[in-house]
Amino acid sequence: MSRRRHSDDSDAGQPHKRRRTSEPSELEERLESLICRVGEKSNSSLESNLEGLAGVLEADLPNYKSKILRILCTVARLLPEKLTVYTTLVGLLNARNYNFGGEFVEAMIRQLKECLKVNMYNEAVHLVRFLSDLVNCHVIAAPSMVAMFENFVSVTQEEDVPQVRCDWYMFAFLSSLPWVGKELYEKKDAEMDRLLSQAESYLKRRQKIHVPMLQVWTADKPHPQEEYLDCLWSQIQKLKKDRWQERHILRPYLAFDSVLCEALQHNLPPFTPPPHTEDSVYPMPRVIFRMFDYTDDPEGPVMPGSHSVERFVIEENLHCIIKSHWKERKTCAAQLLSYPGNNKIPLNYHIVEVIFAELFQLPSPPHIEVMYTTLLIELCKLQPGSLPQVLAQATEMLYMRLDTMNTTCVDRFINWFSHHLSNFQFRWSWEDWSDCLTQDLEKPKPKFVREVLEKCMRLSYHQRIIDIVPASFSVLSPANPVCIYKYGDESNRSLPGYTVALCLTIAIKNKASNDEIFSILKDVPNPNQDDDDGEGFTFNPLKIEVFVQTLLHLAAKSFSHSFSALAKFHEVFKTLAESDEGKLHVLRVVYEVWKNHPQMIAVLVDKMIRTQIVDCAAVANWIFSSELAHDFTRFYIWEILHSTIRKMNKHVLKIHKELEETKARLARQHKR
Amino acid sequence: RSDSYAELSQYRDQHFRGTRYDQERLLRKSCTLYVGNLSFYTTEEQIHELFGKSGDIKKVIMGLDKVKKTACGFCFVEYYARGDAENAMRYINGTRLDDRIIRTDWDAGFKEGRQYGRGRSGGQVRDEYRQDYDAGRGGYGKTVQ
Repeated sequence: MSRRRHSDDSDAGQPHKRRRTSEPSELEERLESLICRVGEKSNSSLESNLEGLAGVLEADLPNYKSKILRILCTVARLLPEKLTVYTTLVGLLNARNYNFGGEFVEAMIRQLKECLKVNMYNEAVHLVRFLSDLVNCHVIAAPSMVAMFENFVSVTQEEDVPQVRCDWYMFAFLSSLPWVGKELYEKKDAEMDRLLSQAESYLKRRQKIHVPMLQVWTADKPHPQEEYLDCLWSQIQKLKKDRWQERHILRPYLAFDSVLCEALQHNLPPFTPPPHTEDSVYPMPRVIFRMFDYTDDPEGPVMPGSHSVERFVIEENLHCIIKSHWKERKTCAAQLLSYPGNNKIPLNYHIVEVIFAELFQLPSPPHIEVMYTTLLIELCKLQPGSLPQVLAQATEMLYMRLDTMNTTCVDRFINWFSHHLSNFQFRWSWEDWSDCLTQDLEKPKPKFVREVLEKCMRLSYHQRIIDIVPASFSVLSPANPVCIYKYGDESNRSLPGYTVALCLTIAIKNKASNDEIFSILKDVPNPNQDDDDGEGFTFNPLKIEVFVQTLLHLAAKSFSHSFSALAKFHEVFKTLAESDEGKLHVLRVVYEVWKNHPQMIAVLVDKMIRTQIVDCAAVANWIFSSELAHDFTRFYIWEILHSTIRKMNKHVLKIHKELEETKARLARQHKR
Repeated sequence: RSDSYAELSQYRDQHFRGTRYDQERLLRKSCTLYVGNLSFYTTEEQIHELFGKSGDIKKVIMGLDKVKKTACGFCFVEYYARGDAENAMRYINGTRLDDRIIRTDWDAGFKEGRQYGRGRSGGQVRDEYRQDYDAGRGGYGKTVQ
């Protein structure tokens, strides 16, 4: 939450003397803290905490109304997992001070419009849900909420707008119904039926070509990967069939029913959805990730079914907790584990499922991948007796279903699992996976194990990996990452370039300069029989081979040694790799020397791009060349390719920004 | 919104040349992390693999025993972007490398000479005085030996 106290945004419009003593800001901080932490770490019940806080705030309203309004609007937007706590609070305040309730509703509508204008659609959903729960707290009159939803649903009738726009308004409507469906249906059943039938027809006619792209598995068994609106629709239909009985959401306002039903309600002002503009960017559609059902934890509480509204609410809230606390892993883990209702639902299973849902989300996870690894480790620390077992079960299930898993997701699974193991001494029951040993090594399961072992090796060392797997797994073990020096053996002395390589080795060890290197290399014949321009600087693959092999071999000790070598002999590299063929050949030789050590290849390629020895195009050509075809499905190839594309993107963005800045400077100069 | 993992710690390098204010200014915009509690056997490659998970690494500088010029259990990791260093502070600090819980902290920036341990025997100060036996850090502390 913002702690800025700029004088222009606090009491705007209020006939209120601005005090500059320290006292008010201390009080404001206390108010913020009281509101944000209501119910936490208290011996009394949530209800009595809310009652107490409502009293305090009511007393402070004369002096701090706009501040309180702002804080409450912010928690509505940023703490959706505590939605019903704050709607109850607002309900209590409205019962004591009708005007305040009205001002709060107005402020929320303003905030909603603002969010929609600046494409903050995820936060806007929270605001809509908050408003709809205010109906349950007798702050907002049900008919006016229905009217707002009517305006939302009518967006689906707009022409020439992106489908994702209509999707959002439909989602905002449907996803509020777990909270307020019952109340709205009781008051306005005919209107609600009409809205639901409009929803049904929209959902039937909308396009879903994005679904195969976003599914983590191509198979429908054991759990279909449903489109998110389809899943939500099934959940709402079931909720309606159950006569809108929803038992999972914590509703503190129920305890205050006698107080709240005395309160006067406000009508929402008519809300026109802001029109679609060129700058509007709506949330992308999603596919619902499911990996568990009630059969997976036979001894514990029953997991709500995939089409139950409870499942929706739990998943929403857990995702919200992660979104609120992703920067603070211990807090995030603690908040996830203290999610209310954890003896009625198999909370550990929900948490693991939600985390993997984010990790495997396509195209990208909401947060950096390594966050999920560390979060799972924190969760294991907090629940050492139960969570590791759920995680092991999840890993086993993911392994079983590798055959139909999206390749990008498999890569993320490999990264996660190897990093996770490295925090637990690589302990795993590898024998359980010996079924993969009888398969073709290119099949997903053995390939997965190979890549995992390779990644584990990168985080430790070769012998460690040999030691942790059963002997039968040696066929899947990574190669010892040693350098292959073509000219190293006396038996190779008949190779062309052998003597020059020897010469070069001695020269480099004696700290020869670039010029001396060039003159040694002059003696290398050119197998291409091209016209030599006298300087010997046309593409000469043998020259490249001798130089690069020798240098990399001498610098093989560590990454730093190799980077120093690249830096010291940069000039030689640039000259030898001047042409496109030269660049390609440098990459080929790097591969020949280091094919046992893909990590080294990756860091060398990265360095060579950054120092402009090779360019991105050369790397792409090399990766897609026939010589590398046999490694095409190995993970390291795609790591290099993705890394190269990322560098290219960053570079393009950077010079684009510089161009815009220069244009702006020029425009300013012309104005003078 | 709290972000305590990415904040400055209480530690300030006593050998820093400049004012406390200068040091903190540099720490707040630094892309370099100090990494401690490494095993003497942990390699640059392992460090690169682990810390590469929070972003592209510009440079790893291994900490060396001043006398022996061998690894003495710490290093510096420099990123191209501060945001990547922040993520390392959030998600790699306090996790394991070579089975040891490693610790990361903001560093004001590498300067020649800072790659050496400052203990009397050549390694890190903490290895001079510690009483416990640590197989990954040369056994007993130097004063015990």
